[in-house]
Amino acid sequence: MALKGLDIFKLTPKSNCKECGNPTCMAFAMKVAQGAVSLDKCPHMSADALAQLSEATAPPMKTIKIGASDEKSLGGETVLYRHEKTFVSRTLFSVAMTAANFDEKWEAIKGVDYDRISERMYVETLTLAYEGDQDAYVELVKKAAATGRTLILNCCCPTAARAALEVCAADKPVLNGCKADNIDAMCDLATEFGVVLGVFGADLEELYATVEALEAKGNKNLILNVSSASAKDAYAEAVQIRRAAIKGNDRTFGYPSIVNVAAIAPGDMHMQQALAAMFVIKYGSIIVMDTMTYAEALPLYGMRQNVFTDPQKPMTVEPKIYPLNGADATSPVVATVDFALTYFLVSAELERSGVPVNLMITDAGGYSVLTSWAAGKFSAGSITKFIKENGIEDAISCRKLIIPGKVAVLKGELEERLPEWEIITAPNEAVELVKFMKEL
Amino acid sequence: MPFKKTAQTYSASINTVTLGTGDKAVTVGGSNVDALCSFDAPIEHKPLIGFEITDKGIDATLPKMAEVFAGCDTVAAQAAKAAELPGVDFVAIRFESADPNGADMSVEDCVAMATAVAEATDAPLCFEGCKNFDKDAKIFEAVASALQGRNALFMSAREENYKTVAASVGMAYGQKFGAESAVDINLAKQLNVLIGQMGIQNNGYVMNLGSAAVGYGFEYLLSTIDRVRAAALGQSDAQLQLPIVTPCAGDCWGVKEALTEESEAPEWGAREERGIQMEICTAAAVLAAGSDAVIVGHPDSAATLATFVADMM
Repeated sequence: MALKGLDIFKLTPKSNCKECGNPTCMAFAMKVAQGAVSLDKCPHMSADALAQLSEATAPPMKTIKIGASDEKSLGGETVLYRHEKTFVSRTLFSVAMTAANFDEKWEAIKGVDYDRISERMYVETLTLAYEGDQDAYVELVKKAAATGRTLILNCCCPTAARAALEVCAADKPVLNGCKADNIDAMCDLATEFGVVLGVFGADLEELYATVEALEAKGNKNLILNVSSASAKDAYAEAVQIRRAAIKGNDRTFGYPSIVNVAAIAPGDMHMQQALAAMFVIKYGSIIVMDTMTYAEALPLYGMRQNVFTDPQKPMTVEPKIYPLNGADATSPVVATVDFALTYFLVSAELERSGVPVNLMITDAGGYSVLTSWAAGKFSAGSITKFIKENGIEDAISCRKLIIPGKVAVLKGELEERLPEWEIITAPNEAVELVKFMKEL
Repeated sequence: MPFKKTAQTYSASINTVTLGTGDKAVTVGGSNVDALCSFDAPIEHKPLIGFEITDKGIDATLPKMAEVFAGCDTVAAQAAKAAELPGVDFVAIRFESADPNGADMSVEDCVAMATAVAEATDAPLCFEGCKNFDKDAKIFEAVASALQGRNALFMSAREENYKTVAASVGMAYGQKFGAESAVDINLAKQLNVLIGQMGIQNNGYVMNLGSAAVGYGFEYLLSTIDRVRAAALGQSDAQLQLPIVTPCAGDCWGVKEALTEESEAPEWGAREERGIQMEICTAAAVLAAGSDAVIVGHPDSAATLATFVADMM
């Protein structure tokens, strides 16, 4: 059961020492109750109190870390819908590989590695299937480990798993092969090599019982595989596991999930895309696909970036000059704000116009044009300051500055502050930019 | 302690709205579970897939598209073909060229095209405007009048023109319409309240909460759908218990990922495939959030999404 702030407050030292970074013990207790800070921030908590509270204040879903050189977090979610607070650990993608098709698949996916709004987009993990030949599997694991991507070892045979772990355990792969019939052997292996253990179950009841058995052995470093019998079964399990953890406060299911859409719709990249889209929103922590080309990646990664943003913090782009359509120093400057949505709409329309132009993104706190203007973050002063401080006048010789139509009111003041510049007012809406730019 | 499954059902449910007539009529809405959660309780009416064609016709520069629609030279012939495509529940015509700031296609031409489409197919029809609310109201009124008895869906009535659209399309000609708001639960509810005050029955219209392609502010749309559904089912808010219809085609085929030619970005691969995957990703996510119907613009997307929906039932 979740504890109330007052219950936690009763167990604090009540000394208001501020060492936890909060002004009072009461404020600290309230934050712990919301899950905003962890209990161990208070250095003066008695051991008794800690024991009493740690179980009750533990987050409903554990945060599991995989990979070493490229460490990533899974799980740790506290809500079922992002608007209730935020989703925290973005979904990772994986490509299913075997000894026979590794080279071909790696060739196809390694080029899909790009940046989108300061986030690297690539296939973070490789899922390697064990097909009964231990030597071949070890060779496959060695080759895959050399790529630097985090590995998911789909292997239920303890002997082969040991051989594979011996060559790749340092990079913290996932040992994905614990079933009801090999709990002891797999659990011991995962503990010995210090890796995350992936759990399978014929149905939710068996999965639950297997997790209970593993927890009884002290292993709480787990990932749960949902069914790959059908799309409906996979979705039902993913939703029910997450509901049990978040709404039902059932810690046994408080682990991240692996959804293998490649196994649900083998060879059908369109169906895999539909399923992957659903599982990014609804509770897939790792999604395994047959491949990942740009056609799949551009929408999926773009969506993931949208979904895993804090609803209270707008997405922003880096303030700087973005030359579009081959713009150079003689091309006019278009000023707008750093709100990602504004940037995308404006840059897309400007690109569509085909007119070379320098898009100048100023630091406006991540708000839209009118909001940042109202907040004083997008003003004649801030635009002038940006131009002066970033040496725009040296870098660009053209003296035409185009401002959004919604802040046409800034024109007069800008003309005063930037006397050498011709200030031009653009239309109110981005969709009108193509026509406007062509007629400029 | 063994795991006990609990079904999450609600006492409230979404209204149903029927589109089209006769054998081809389809019903949207009616769910009383979370999106696609048919394991909680059976979903009587599966989410619908609409196929959109603009007044300019299909984009024949896309090879697969051109192949499917080979020999269909008019919008009416293309609409008839689209109605027969696997997985397509209704056909949507978007009067893109009607925009007074663009080609300014006349109301008479829109009506002529709509009539030709209606003669070519008996599938349920949907008509989308050009986003200019004055012009849209005029087109919708004229088309609704010309196609009386077809029980078509008109997208959409907005804050600026809902009185005209609801009165003409809904009350005078007995067709269905969508109440469109800009990705905000409060605006959506306010518009529904205003329309309700005009005396429109709640099985007479659907909601269009806005649209976005994945990667382009999609989180706002997603969270709006989440919140509207949570209010409609979880809090039994009758003013939000309308089926949600989300047009995806226009947004998906209008982003850089679907517009850039292969020659400009060879590593991205064929443009058509990128557009299809953009549309599948967006529409599947919208359905997984709780939309009761999506409108897409490629035969492959429509077929995949229809199979996806069927698999989830």
